Amino acid sequence: MTTISRRTLIKGAGAVAGATLVGAPAFAQDKVKVGFIFLGPIGDFGWTWAHNKGREAVDAALGDKVETVYVENVAEDASAIPVLRDLAQQGCKLIFTCSFGYMDQTLEVAKEFPDVKFEHCTGFKRADNVATYNSRFHEGRAVLGTIAGKMSTTGVLGYLGSFKIPEVVLGVNSFALAAQKQNPAAVVKVVMIDSWFDPPKEAAATETLVNLGCDFVTTHTDSPAPLQILEQKGLFGLCQGADMSAFAPTAHLTAIEDIWGPYYILRAQAIVDGTWTSTDTWDGMVDGTVVISPYSAAVTPEAVAAADEVKAGYMAGTFDIFTGPILDQDGVERVKAGEVMTLEQLAMMDWFVKGVESAS
Amino acid sequence: MRIKLEKRREPSMAMLVVTPVVSVLVTMLIGIVVFDLLGIDGFKAVTDIFITPLITSYKWQDVAVKAAPLIIIALGLSVANRAQVWNIGAEGQYIVGALCATGVGLAFGTMGGPVVVTLMVAAGVIGGAAWAAVPAGLRTRFSVNEILSSLMLTYVAGHALSYLVGGPWKDPEGRNFPVTAPLVDSQTLPVLGTSTVHLGVLVAVILPFVFWYLMSRSVFGFQVRVVGSAPNAARHGGFDGKQTIWLAMIISGGMAGLAGALEFTGVLHKMDLGFASGYGFTAIIVCFLGRLNPIGCLIAGIVLAVTYVGGQMAQTSVKIPSSTAGIFQAMMLFLILASDILVRYRIKLVKGAVA
Amino acid sequence: MSAEFIILAIITIVGLTTPILLAGIGELVVEKAGVLNLGVEGMMLMGAISGFAVTVMTFNPWVGILGAAAGGAAASMLFAVFVLQLNSNQVATGLALTIFGPGLSSLLGVGFTGRIVMPFGSLFPASLAKDPIWQLFFGYSPIVYFALIMVPLTAWFLKSTRAGLILRAVGENDLSAHSIGYSVRKVRYGAIAFGGAMAGIGGAYFSMVITPMWAEEMTAGRGWIALALVVFAGWRMGRLLIGAYFFGILMALELYAKAAGFSFLPSQFWAAMPYVMTVVALTFISARGTAGSNAPACLGKPFLPST
Repeated sequence: MTTISRRTLIKGAGAVAGATLVGAPAFAQDKVKVGFIFLGPIGDFGWTWAHNKGREAVDAALGDKVETVYVENVAEDASAIPVLRDLAQQGCKLIFTCSFGYMDQTLEVAKEFPDVKFEHCTGFKRADNVATYNSRFHEGRAVLGTIAGKMSTTGVLGYLGSFKIPEVVLGVNSFALAAQKQNPAAVVKVVMIDSWFDPPKEAAATETLVNLGCDFVTTHTDSPAPLQILEQKGLFGLCQGADMSAFAPTAHLTAIEDIWGPYYILRAQAIVDGTWTSTDTWDGMVDGTVVISPYSAAVTPEAVAAADEVKAGYMAGTFDIFTGPILDQDGVERVKAGEVMTLEQLAMMDWFVKGVESAS
Repeated sequence: MRIKLEKRREPSMAMLVVTPVVSVLVTMLIGIVVFDLLGIDGFKAVTDIFITPLITSYKWQDVAVKAAPLIIIALGLSVANRAQVWNIGAEGQYIVGALCATGVGLAFGTMGGPVVVTLMVAAGVIGGAAWAAVPAGLRTRFSVNEILSSLMLTYVAGHALSYLVGGPWKDPEGRNFPVTAPLVDSQTLPVLGTSTVHLGVLVAVILPFVFWYLMSRSVFGFQVRVVGSAPNAARHGGFDGKQTIWLAMIISGGMAGLAGALEFTGVLHKMDLGFASGYGFTAIIVCFLGRLNPIGCLIAGIVLAVTYVGGQMAQTSVKIPSSTAGIFQAMMLFLILASDILVRYRIKLVKGAVA
Repeated sequence: MSAEFIILAIITIVGLTTPILLAGIGELVVEKAGVLNLGVEGMMLMGAISGFAVTVMTFNPWVGILGAAAGGAAASMLFAVFVLQLNSNQVATGLALTIFGPGLSSLLGVGFTGRIVMPFGSLFPASLAKDPIWQLFFGYSPIVYFALIMVPLTAWFLKSTRAGLILRAVGENDLSAHSIGYSVRKVRYGAIAFGGAMAGIGGAYFSMVITPMWAEEMTAGRGWIALALVVFAGWRMGRLLIGAYFFGILMALELYAKAAGFSFLPSQFWAAMPYVMTVVALTFISARGTAGSNAPACLGKPFLPST
């Protein structure tokens, strides 16, 4: 169902535009215009919500030099092309395309507007005026896995995923490897729900994982539904996207927050300064893009210590969860002892590590 | 004094043409007022949504590309609806059409050229027609309501799409994202110059006139109209109701499949989960906006495409949220549906309380 | 497999089933009156935001539920006016409602994103639902019991009351019902409003029970499943209940199969199952001919009295 109905026939969504109205054109013209296209509505409380926070951070930091505009609910099909072209024609000097599915459309429009710079999120195709950026979400996942591995009594951990794409595979593997460092017998059960946002399905999948023995569930989908289920059951969850503790004060241990603001500010500043170049950026914890929400009181001191160690390791650049030896699900060694997987390898990872139980 | 509705013997031709135009105008007027109340420059918002895409030359191509599938699907549906056959599963037929074109394209590998592209598009038509043949068969053989069966099959098609692009047809170079490999250039439709206007747009411009000719001049057109408006008379006249259902479903399905194949080969060049973007449902609206008339479908398709393109533009130019654009479209549709009453009825003021 | 495991699985299934059951009950009544309202998804979303907003403002989920019913019913009245007063095409009008509902609900929901309300707690003291067996009976939100009570109640209404009889007569043959002197329009207004209210409560199950929060388009297409359900049930209330749970079991099976690591069939196969089964069931129902069919004869057709 999710493949058809959401945001298809239904083009509704949105929230009142947060930015100021175009009131003083003469004044506005002095500013550099930066555009964003978003996949979902900015009120989705997930992926798009986080990117919009990043946009608002640009407004706050560079409001006197930069003006931002955005288009929400842009489908990942050909309709993204006119939207992009439009932003370029309206004078945007920098355009962020905030979903993987805009990859080819971004490159196509970029060809037509060599003077406009584009930034494509999570993609892998670049050009002189197209940069790509991503976030090393999996670093945060390692922190969550450490906490879950340390605190779990059953050693069975649940992972609620969306699709089997590299970002999610990395998350699962990072989580599992980190948990196994604390408890070598830990297993991770994975359910992919074929959607990023489907609260009832997320809730049901969480109940299923719990019923199959998981006492911790981490989510790689967007709604707080799983946390609310865990709250009712007196269990614990670790989520992503934003701090969702308001929805489940007890169950919410911590979350990986996507903080795009620093990167967006940096790139917008580069346009203002005229120093922009096409790059491939994978920011992580050390850059402030991956942030771990404050731990809740329920996280045990031992777990805090272990998690902080991982965090400190990433901050200092001395730790990487994808350091060999790493075995795959069948026990075959994929990464030799001492080797560290490169970002390029990570970007293409399509196999699960040992101890992950999944349907495919 | 009270208002009385009096049924017209013949639907009013004048009203048929005037009411959609008035509805659009009224929608614009209400829009200006409502946007102003919401604190948005209403006049600018409404001109951006309705007028700017039409007067800005670089927006024409966007409107054309967006309108093409809507028009093609709506044409097929207008035939079906005239015959009182309600195919609301065009979205599914659109998906299956594109999937069939994908299958043919993949089978040819990197081989391309006009023949291969023609085969791909033909596969799309056949696929769409075949998907619509299921409800047709169920209706004629088992009297299964086609509204419901065609809708159900749309979801089945959506899941088939999800399975194929995420499984057997997944691009081996695509880093595991659920998307097929992009078509080689020789497997895509030619485009006009450097624009995005592809051959399918031309098809969408020509087909309405073909349909108009068929519906008004051919025996088949007559048969459809008679079966639709007077089933009993049709039986006396020797027209076969079942045959009409079959034809209506297959034509509407084939058109949806064609639209899907053209969208795939002309615009997207790859299949992913976002392909099911609701054109099949929106086309039902287009078909009614166009009053089941082929030329009407052409115009209505353009009007809807304009509001889509303009609605997205207005998000940046006057910063209206996209939900407001959705409400706006729904309002226009409601108004046109409401104004339909003027086509079929005369409004009279009569004295006295209750008739 | 322990008893506890099965009980927990059943609780999951109840959660998946209740919203489609609620919306299905409403839509069944609407269709029994001869009207096809495809706008269920729009009405559910209106119910979801209304229920949530009213709860936030009144701090009372019971008032919130009334708000949800009112929100769904109000949306349905828009449809009703067009379909009944202006004789507009039901399919097109229903589709217009599915565009309108998400748009309006997200506009109304602007101030409510990210806010929370207390979950709609149990009717029974928590101690009663401590033990798994007891939880199976006493562990749900009041809306679950409401849905289960509404099944026999609505069935009884349709079957044994005079009003229900009239409603069915209007759906079977509106012209003769009209000629006997029943107001076809009034009956249909009532049925559509009921359908809207039930869809609204079904939508509120998302925003007030499963996840007490508001997020745009949070019903994620369940309104369309409710439409399938009514057809699957062959317009019979008993079968609607069975069908709803059958759909719920299929949805849960998909998740259990994945979590347990089974992958003998792609998940899309399971997800498509309810729709395939609906077409099959519909074929069986229809093949038995008019005598065995429960489909209202006037379904989807406009009411056009000659006078």
